[in-house]
Amino acid sequence: MWHQIALALPQLLRGLRTTLEISALVLVAGSLVGFVVGLLLLYGGLVVRLAARAYVDTVRGIPVLVLIFVCYFALPAFGLRLSAWQAGVTALTVFAAAHIAEIVRGGIDSIPRAQSDAAKAVGLTFWQRLRLVILPQATRRMLPPWVNAAVEIVKGSSLLSLLGIVDLLLAMQNVVGYTFIVLPFYFLTAVLYFVVNFTVSRTAATLERRFAYLKY
Amino acid sequence: MGAYHFNWFLAWQNFPRFYWGLALGLELAALCLFIGSLIGIGGAFARSFGPPWLRVGITSYVEFIRNVPLLLLVYFAFYGLPKAGITVFNNVWSFIVALSVYSGAYLTEVFRAGVNSVPVGYLEAGKAVGLTPWQRVRFVTLPVTFRIILPSLSNTFISLFKDTSLASALAVPELTYAAEWLNVNTFRTIEAWTFASVMYLLAGYGIALALRRIERRYAVIR
Repeated sequence: MWHQIALALPQLLRGLRTTLEISALVLVAGSLVGFVVGLLLLYGGLVVRLAARAYVDTVRGIPVLVLIFVCYFALPAFGLRLSAWQAGVTALTVFAAAHIAEIVRGGIDSIPRAQSDAAKAVGLTFWQRLRLVILPQATRRMLPPWVNAAVEIVKGSSLLSLLGIVDLLLAMQNVVGYTFIVLPFYFLTAVLYFVVNFTVSRTAATLERRFAYLKY
Repeated sequence: MGAYHFNWFLAWQNFPRFYWGLALGLELAALCLFIGSLIGIGGAFARSFGPPWLRVGITSYVEFIRNVPLLLLVYFAFYGLPKAGITVFNNVWSFIVALSVYSGAYLTEVFRAGVNSVPVGYLEAGKAVGLTPWQRVRFVTLPVTFRIILPSLSNTFISLFKDTSLASALAVPELTYAAEWLNVNTFRTIEAWTFASVMYLLAGYGIALALRRIERRYAVIR
């Protein structure tokens, strides 16, 4: 049995690599889109604000799995040809962006109005206010929940196994399927997920403590 | 854009499937919230007042479960547990076990925060009027905790409701599975997924509204 586990280990690790690659890509893309949408939620005109709000609330009101199936089944029906990988990454990015937009909005919202007013009084333009006064403070507020969003993304990536993308979870199922060794592989896979996510969430906790002095 | 002929009537014919799927999802979420709360209350008290070995055990459980994907737990409950000699589950009960254990970890933290935020004066007042420790837990700590964490419980319920979509991976006939069924059997892809998405949104919105009203009623006066 140990021999079989040793033989199957590379396959699991390849799955883990896919999981990490997809998660990293989604985190970067989702953060970029989410940051922009978050700013639109706060500073957009009425129509833009409403559109951004509708996007965020719609995506957050639908299970990630449904979002994934929509991208996988429904977008091609509209004539958009996507591979499983593209559909999955798109869905997770749409999901992550909506959550990160809320984090960005909350982070900026938590900075007292007086800061922005003071910056205005000194004669800073809107972008200067944002860049030099608001964002440096808001970023510290956003970091802990943003890192927690990363954990959610890694966990969410496991759903892509249902589209046949060989991430860690599907790699595990494949290995279990031909070795008939069940519990050890489940345990090993859970430990791999745990090690990745726990490292990330420890980072979040540390950041939270580091920036605790900012809670006024 | 490909030409797509909408056939809402066909989707509408399958409305019962979606409706009962939604109902099943809500039932599963409610049941798992209940079992998860029991785990959470036990976990919170054990983690706050238990012997050291138990504290370590509960902390490990919480941290471990919160950092693994739910789908892995669902598969484990359905495919893994029978291998460990536990074979009483069908797909629905496997899912309930998995989601309850999953939510129990989150709810342990929720209840712990709630129990710790009960003002100490309340307990002292309870002592002063001669309540036993057990009575203080029953008549002071738990009711006040519930009021404090009610918003968290509402959010947990909505999250759990969305999580029940994973039951479709075990062919549990809930809302996501209904959409998959329609998609596979009629190729009414857009209708199927629009239908399911709208139902999730409306249900989530309705639950949120109802829960806000309950929260307002039982809000703690600070």
